[in-house]
Amino acid sequence: MSTDATTQPTAAPGLEEALVRKALAPGERPPRASALSAALAFGWRGMLKVKHVPEQLLDVTITPVMFVLMFTYLFGGAIAGSTGEYLNFILPGLLVMSVTFTTVYAGVAINTDLTKGVVDRFRSLPIWRPAPLLGALLGDTVRYLVGGTVIMVVGLILGYRPDNGPLGVLAAIGLVIVFSFGLSWVFTTMGLVMRSPNAVMNAGFMSIFPLTFLSNVYVEPDTLPAGLEAFVNVNPISHLVSASRGLMDGSVAGSDLVVVFGTAALLTAVFLPLTTRLYRRG
Amino acid sequence: MSSQPTLAIEASELAKSFGETKAVDGVSLAVRTGSVYGVLGPNGAGKTTTIKMLATLLRPDAGSAKVLGHDIVTDADAVRGQVSLTGQLASVDEDLTGRENLILLARLLGFKRDRAKGRADELLEAFALSEAGGRLVKNYSGGMRRRLDIAASLVLTPPVMFLDEPTTGLDPRSRNQVWDIIRALAGAGTTIMLCTQYLEEADQLCEGIAVIDHGKVIAEGTPAQLKASVGSAALHVRLLESEQRPEAERVLGGKLSCEVTLESDPAALSAPCADADAAAAAVDELGRNGIEVAGFSLGQPSLDEVFLALTGHPAEDQSENGTELEKEEAA
Repeated sequence: MSTDATTQPTAAPGLEEALVRKALAPGERPPRASALSAALAFGWRGMLKVKHVPEQLLDVTITPVMFVLMFTYLFGGAIAGSTGEYLNFILPGLLVMSVTFTTVYAGVAINTDLTKGVVDRFRSLPIWRPAPLLGALLGDTVRYLVGGTVIMVVGLILGYRPDNGPLGVLAAIGLVIVFSFGLSWVFTTMGLVMRSPNAVMNAGFMSIFPLTFLSNVYVEPDTLPAGLEAFVNVNPISHLVSASRGLMDGSVAGSDLVVVFGTAALLTAVFLPLTTRLYRRG
Repeated sequence: MSSQPTLAIEASELAKSFGETKAVDGVSLAVRTGSVYGVLGPNGAGKTTTIKMLATLLRPDAGSAKVLGHDIVTDADAVRGQVSLTGQLASVDEDLTGRENLILLARLLGFKRDRAKGRADELLEAFALSEAGGRLVKNYSGGMRRRLDIAASLVLTPPVMFLDEPTTGLDPRSRNQVWDIIRALAGAGTTIMLCTQYLEEADQLCEGIAVIDHGKVIAEGTPAQLKASVGSAALHVRLLESEQRPEAERVLGGKLSCEVTLESDPAALSAPCADADAAAAAVDELGRNGIEVAGFSLGQPSLDEVFLALTGHPAEDQSENGTELEKEEAA
């Protein structure tokens, strides 16, 4: 029959009326989710994405391996006289570099998310406002941990021996993650104001490249021209590298730790509220 | 009628512009608690912008509105706790499975882990998605995705639900399933505001309809009032032999006691008729007179006819820059 005004609506095939009614009956109304459980639920979402698309871990597994092999064997002889010597110098720096590089993806991911309708739903939920962003970063933290672990394992295989033992290494990885957590907010803000994931990626790498290369990751700053040396010495990445080296060989300077924690706290204090507002407003 | 104390949605002169474009230009609405209310209009008329404002996803430039007594601007959080919105873009995460989507939302709404899983399974079963529950949403068909999307809005059965073109792009079977869900939801006491481009959909589901054109409400009433303002439904008949048309015209005119219109198709004719029994009897009468009928239908006025009657212009797509507009809204 064609569309007939008086045809009585019949239950469409596949839907059982009783089940629909039961599911739609006003039921349990649990108390509002706590800030922590909301953030953890978003962290779980991040984990599920990794589970369904494991390829996205390539950047935190293959890239660090490439970095270690390339920089150690390319510069080792020229800069430190031997690759073994150079590995001892550069490995903590490479840890910092590969993990901070990954923070750019936090911005790319949030920009990609915005193009999907699901963000509208998250925005309309009565949840603690920063939860979606904090949860996403909790998920990213796992990526940072994977990246950091991979680079340390490769370093150990190639002959890196930290004087301060495993605890020092763990402390260094932890410190790098704390810093990256703070730095990520800068890129999530970028992710919310820029037009496309590609634009975020480009702008992100354009800022993270000079920050990491113009630091003490590869060379001692006193070999540099005065102006550059001055920049390298104030660059928070340099302090993060120094602190990581210090934690791994047992000679960490308190001033480096202060700069690292201070920078992470400052970035979070400025960019977390900004990101939350931008996300909410859409 | 408007003095009823139980209005779920009250909007007064809502307005919203995107750059130069006035998407919504002074919309006032009143929706009775527990009813299904339709907002009818072509693409780009301002339907989506209107419900996005009511659901607190967009801030109005001017005007005010209350949802269940809460102001949508000053008391937005309270509104958010009471409403649910299913938009045109499926608001589900394509990179997760259907089940994971529902569990995530249940947990965000405060369900403990086990209860969240239970609620997810209950909804999947009700919406015929149990089998697909473990598959990634990006592999779902349009109908499955839409059902999941609606299920996602119903993790907590909301007092007020906004549905933005819930059946656009669906095949008839999926469309009927969505209609069944909407009826069941209304039966459970939820107030529903539904945007649609289809008069038939509004007619099937809604007790009140507002017709929107260029950001303004141009007509409001029950489906019956609206259709009456346009002209009643018509019986369309197509004959096997066009030579028999003059006789068919006489038979139909006599049986339905009305004026019969001859259509441009030489084998087709139509007569105003709203009653299915009378229409069936008239078609029957044609057969008794030896007139062979190739097909017939009892059709309602289309959105086009409604618009033509109300505005003098057809319901042209008003979204030449509509995609732009949508982007701005989404951005």
